[in-house]
Amino acid sequence: MAMNQQGRPTRPNTNAATGGYADTISGSRGLDQAEPLIFERGRTDLTGVDLPEPKGVKTRLGGLERKSGIGLPGLSEPEAMRHYVRLSRKNYAIDLGIYPLGSCTMKHNPRLNEKMARLPGFGDVHPLQPQSTVQGALELIGELAHWLMVLTNTPCVAMSPKAGAHGELCGMMAIRAALDARGETGRRRVLVPESAHGTNPATAVQCGFYCDEIPAGPDGRVDMEAFKAKLGDDVAGIMLTNPNTCGLFERDIKEIADLIHEAGGYFYCDGANFNAIVGRVRPGDLGIDAMHINLHKTFSTPHGGGGPGSGPTVFSQALAPFAPVPYVVKKGDSWHMVEHEAEARADGAQPFGRMVAFHGQMGMFTRALSYMMSHGSDGLRQVAEDSVLNANYVLARLKHVMTPAFEGTCMHEALFDDRFLKDTGVTTLDFAKAMIDEGYHPMTMYFPLVVHGAMLIEPTETESKSGLDRFCDVLEGLAEAAKSGDTARFVSAPVHAPVKRLDETRAARNPVLVWQEAEEQPQAAE
Amino acid sequence: MRYLPLTPEDRTEMLGVIGVSSIDALFADVPQAARLDGPVNLPRRATELEVERAFARMAKKNIAASETAFFVGAGAYKHHIPASVDHLIQRSEFLTAYTPYQPEISQGTLQTLFEFQTQVARLTGMDVANASMYDGSTACAEAVLMAARVTKRSRAVLSGNLHPHYAEATRTLARYMNIDVAADAPVPGGLDDVISQIDEETACVVVQNPDVFGGIHDLRPIAEAAHAKGALLIAVFTEIVSLGLIESPGAMGADIVVGEGQSIGVGLQFGGPYVGLFACRNDKNFIRNMPGRLAGETVDADGRRGFVLTLSTREQHIRRDRATSNICTNSGLMALAFTIHMTLLGEKGLKHLAALNHERAVELADALAAVPGVTVETGAFFNEFTVKLPKNAAEVTEALIAKGVLAGVPASRLWSGAGLDDRLIIAATETNTDADIALFASALKEVL
Repeated sequence: MAMNQQGRPTRPNTNAATGGYADTISGSRGLDQAEPLIFERGRTDLTGVDLPEPKGVKTRLGGLERKSGIGLPGLSEPEAMRHYVRLSRKNYAIDLGIYPLGSCTMKHNPRLNEKMARLPGFGDVHPLQPQSTVQGALELIGELAHWLMVLTNTPCVAMSPKAGAHGELCGMMAIRAALDARGETGRRRVLVPESAHGTNPATAVQCGFYCDEIPAGPDGRVDMEAFKAKLGDDVAGIMLTNPNTCGLFERDIKEIADLIHEAGGYFYCDGANFNAIVGRVRPGDLGIDAMHINLHKTFSTPHGGGGPGSGPTVFSQALAPFAPVPYVVKKGDSWHMVEHEAEARADGAQPFGRMVAFHGQMGMFTRALSYMMSHGSDGLRQVAEDSVLNANYVLARLKHVMTPAFEGTCMHEALFDDRFLKDTGVTTLDFAKAMIDEGYHPMTMYFPLVVHGAMLIEPTETESKSGLDRFCDVLEGLAEAAKSGDTARFVSAPVHAPVKRLDETRAARNPVLVWQEAEEQPQAAE
Repeated sequence: MRYLPLTPEDRTEMLGVIGVSSIDALFADVPQAARLDGPVNLPRRATELEVERAFARMAKKNIAASETAFFVGAGAYKHHIPASVDHLIQRSEFLTAYTPYQPEISQGTLQTLFEFQTQVARLTGMDVANASMYDGSTACAEAVLMAARVTKRSRAVLSGNLHPHYAEATRTLARYMNIDVAADAPVPGGLDDVISQIDEETACVVVQNPDVFGGIHDLRPIAEAAHAKGALLIAVFTEIVSLGLIESPGAMGADIVVGEGQSIGVGLQFGGPYVGLFACRNDKNFIRNMPGRLAGETVDADGRRGFVLTLSTREQHIRRDRATSNICTNSGLMALAFTIHMTLLGEKGLKHLAALNHERAVELADALAAVPGVTVETGAFFNEFTVKLPKNAAEVTEALIAKGVLAGVPASRLWSGAGLDDRLIIAATETNTDADIALFASALKEVL
C-alpha cells in the first residue's frame, strides 16, 4: 500500500498516540474502549463485501486505467461493525439526554420518520426518472410545501435549499434579483443586527451585498432609533432572526417591516427559531418577504452529527416570481416539476437560477411531513407553547443562581451571561466542560456575541418536567460550586468524558487533516 | 401527543413557578394582530398508523428503482448498499448528535470525519479533503469561488460536458460575486475545447470526468494548459466508483477535486440528501481558502490523540462577512454512510466493484449497439455512455416504462433547446443483471 510519507507521523506503538489510555495494557478502560483509525486497523487486501467475479470482458477505458494504489483499508463486516459501534459510543446524542444547544433546536427525532423515508417509493427513486413514475414523490413535495405555506401564511416556497444557510442564500438571492429587476443598482447595504448568526453576514456578502450592523438595545432587541437612522436609499434589506438569538421576540417587528418596505428594501427573516412560534404565529402576518425554515430544527429531522439539513424558503408575493428552479406545480390531476429556467420564464416567472442539482433534500421532506402530520395543526401549536414553557421554566428555576442576560420572560431559549462567575476563576467554557462531567451536553457558549460569556439554553418541547428538574438541579449545584471556590472541578473538566480537554490551538497551528502512515522511526540510542 | 412529555398538570405547575397566569402571557411580545386564536387550517394530529397509511398511498404511486430494470444515472447512481451501513447510521449516537462543537463528547463523529477526509483525499489523489459539502453541485460551485480567491482572478471556464445542474448551480453562486462564467455547448461523444478558452484572466477551468455523457478523458493536457496560464484545474466527478478503476484526478494534475459521493453508502433518495466531496492540494493558501468544516488531529490534556473541528477562522461563525463560505450544516450523516461503506469495500472491494460496473456497461453498450438504428457515441467510458436514437429519446424512455425498463436520462431532460433530443444517457451498475440488459435491448428494438 503506497503511502504518502510527508507530514507529522503518528506513533501506533503507544496507546496515547492512537487515542487510548496509558494506564491499561489495551488502552481501553472497561466499556470505554480504545479504537484506532481504520488506517491503523484495516488492510487494503481485506473486504467486507462479497461481489460476483467479473467475466473478464475487454475494457473500454481509453488507456486511462488507474496505475497506482489508492491506500484504502478494508475490514470484514464484523470488524467494521465493531469499529463504528465503538466510535458511536464516544458521542453524546439527543437519545442519551437533553441537548440544550441554544439556536439549534435539538428535539426528539421520531423513528416513524425514519421508517417513512425508507419506503422504497421514496428512498429508492431517482431524481431524473420520468416524472410519470414519481407522481407520489412530487405529491409529497407539494403537500409539504402546502403545510409550510399555511404555517407561514406565504404564497410561495422554494424547496430546494439544502440547509439553513443555503435557504438564507436563496432568500437573499431573490432579494438581489428583485432589486436588479427594479433596476436598483445602488442598493447594496444590508442591515444585520449584531446578535445575528454568522451565516447572515456571510450570506449577504455572497449575494454582492455588504453588511451594516445594527446594535442591540438594552433589552436585547433591535435598537429602533439606530435602525431608523440606518435606513436610506442604498438599503437592500434587513436580515432579522425572530425570535432573536437572545431568545426574545422582536416586539417592534411590524414597524421594522413597514419601515424597511417604505425605504424600498426587503425583509429577510432568519427562521432558525421558528420552533418558538410554529402554529401560533405566522411570519407572513408580520410582514416578512423571505424566510428559510430549518426542517432539521423545527420539524425534527435528525442532525446526524452536522447534517444533512434542509432549508425550504418561503416568499412573499413581492419575491415569489424570483424563486429558483426547480418547483412543483399541479396540473389537473398530475404533478409536474418545472426544472428549466426557460419553462419557468414561459410561465411568467423570473427565477434567479438553480441552487443545486436535482430537487432538494427529499429524505428530509419525508421525515418533516411525517412529523407535521403526526402533530397536526393542534400538535404544532402545542410544540411552540411547550418549547416556550420549558425555556421559561429553566429561566425561572436558575435565575437565582445564574445571571439572566435580560429581564422578563423569554421565548424558546433562555440566555444567561457570565456575571454569576465573576471572580470565581471559572469561565463560561469551564462551566460548560463541567456539565460534560455531569453527563450533560453543554448549552451554546459565547453566542450571541452581544452578551458577555453567553450561555444559551434551548431545552425544546420534548423534555419532560422531571428531566428539566434534574438538569436545573445540576446547573444549580455547579453554579454554587463555582461560587464556593471549587475551581478545580471546572478548570480540569472534563475528566469523565472519552477524552480530556482537547488542545484546539495545537490543531489549528499545526493542521493534521488526513492520516499519514508513520515514518520509519530512527532508533534512539538508550 | 406522543412526542410531548408535559402533562396538563405539569404545565399548570410550571406556569406557577414562572409566575405567569397562562401560556398566552409568554407570547405577550407578539403583536396582538399576529396572534392566532386557534390552530391553523391544516389537519389535526394523526396516529402512527394513520401517517403510515398516508405515506404508503403516496409511495405506491412511484416506481422504485429495485422494481424494474434500471439504467438511470446522470449524476446519481443505483448501487447496492450493505445492510450494515444503514444499521450503523441509525445508531442513536450518530443519528441524533449535533455538529461536534464539544469535541470531548463527539469523538465518534470527529474520528469518522477524519477517516472520511483521508479516504476522500486518497481516492481523488489529493492531499487534503474537507468534512463534506451539501452535494457535488454545491461543492463544484464553491470550488470555483475558492479558485477565484486563490488566484485573485474572476473568470471561470466550464466544460460544456459538465453536468448542466452543476453548471447552473455554479453560475447562480458566482453571479453576484462578479465571477464571469464561460461555458461551451455540450459535445456528446467528445469534449469541448476548453483549452483555447483559458487566458491570463482565468481563475479555473472546470472539467467533469467521467463527463455527463459518460465519456472519460485524459485531464493532463488541460491541467498543463491551465497551469501555463496560472489557472487552476477543478476536476469534477459524479460517479465516485469510477475512481476505483480510472486514474485519479490528482494524478492527472487537478488542483481541486470535487464531486458527488452518493454512490457509496447514500442511495438514490430522489436527489437528496447526498454528500459533496471536496479535496485539494496541500498548499497553505488553498487550505486557508477552503469552504466548509475540517476535522483535525490533536491531543488532550493527558497527551492522548483526539480530534476537533479546526481552522474555523475560515468559517462564518467566526469570520462572519469575511468567511470563505456561508456554509454551516454540511452532510455529516451521509459522510458517515460513505465512510462505513468505503471501509466495508476497502481498496480491494472498490476496485472489484468498479470492474463489475465497467463490465456491465460494456456488455450493455454492445447489446444496445446491436439494435438497428442505435449508435453508441461514447468511445471510452466507465459505467455510463450516450446513445443516439432514431427517435425522440424522451418519447422512447416513456414507451419503455410499460415494458419494465427505466432506460436512462434523455439529454433533453438536462438541457432545454440544445438540439440533443435524440440522445439518451444510460448507466449500468453492479445491480443490473444479464436479464435486465437483455430486456432493455429487446424492448428498445420493439419501441424503435
